[in-house]
Amino acid sequence: MRKWHRVALGVLFIVLVGIQFIPIQRNETEIVSNADFIESYQPPIDIGYMIQSSCYDCHSNQTKYPWYSNVQPIGWLLQNHISEGKSELNLSEFGNLSNRMKRMKINSIISQIADDKMPHPSYVLMHSDAKLDSLKKAHLINYFDSLVNNFDK
Amino acid sequence: MLVLILSVSLSLSLIACGNSNQNNQEESAKQHDHSAMSHEADHSMPTGSEMSMEENKSSTDLIDAYLALKTALVQDDSKAAANAGQKLAEATSGLDISTFDVPKQAVIKEILEVLKEHGEHIAKSEIEHQREHFEGMTKDFMDLLTQVGTDRTLYQQYCPMYNKGNGGSWLSASQEIKNPLFGSKMLNCGSVKETISMK
Repeated sequence: MRKWHRVALGVLFIVLVGIQFIPIQRNETEIVSNADFIESYQPPIDIGYMIQSSCYDCHSNQTKYPWYSNVQPIGWLLQNHISEGKSELNLSEFGNLSNRMKRMKINSIISQIADDKMPHPSYVLMHSDAKLDSLKKAHLINYFDSLVNNFDK
Repeated sequence: MLVLILSVSLSLSLIACGNSNQNNQEESAKQHDHSAMSHEADHSMPTGSEMSMEENKSSTDLIDAYLALKTALVQDDSKAAANAGQKLAEATSGLDISTFDVPKQAVIKEILEVLKEHGEHIAKSEIEHQREHFEGMTKDFMDLLTQVGTDRTLYQQYCPMYNKGNGGSWLSASQEIKNPLFGSKMLNCGSVKETISMK
């Protein structure tokens, strides 16, 4: 091994160890707000469970972090996913939206689930309980379909 | 249920055939009302009616962007649609609402917020998703025009085949049907449901 190879490996090692000490901003608000989706609409328990386990990690203020979130740079990657997810849809603050916006968001939720875009395939790979089979999908879509009529005017 | 959907789409397509001019359309609309359609369907889809709005030039940029988007989707041109979506999103902040009274401003702001988000999504999506957003925003867009007025006559058009037979609407500057929800796949599906004219 040439000398500069050893130096490069050494630097890489130091960087990898070093970044472990840079904390991620954790998305873990303890208080569930009144505007929270499940809190406001009280869906049937199985529906609520599906929404919680398939959506809430990236679309609410309450992420349940996996252990590897403490390993950088994976944690940063997750942080990125979560902030992106929340900017599209934050179920913890759903109740604050106008009816018109709620209708739009729910229609988007329905089409994302129907097209298998969400829950994100990479997320399902790591969270088997988030997986929606066709029966669960139909069940969820049905629920959101019935909910969307509440916001018609 | 299937029978109902079939009969509704059949009567709609019959109307589409008779739509060579506006008088014809109104006549068909009357027949339509008297036909044995279910009240439910009648309620959700009013037939070719007139809707008269204030004349207002401030909505020009938004209408231009909406119609550019419509044209792009008619031509199956996802890239042009993305550009138009971006323009539409930008035009939402260009609309001056200070001349309206405060409660009305709030309503308009809510609509603009939603239109902006639709536009932004269209700017970064593939074509089927662009079409979903385009169809989704049509009602919001009409609500906006009801609030702020329009600078030209527009036609609300409807194709019952879209979204697995749930139907879909859009606005057009001409009466001629060019379907943006299907593009070249079904360019002629649709009929005029409502004429939006200026007072």
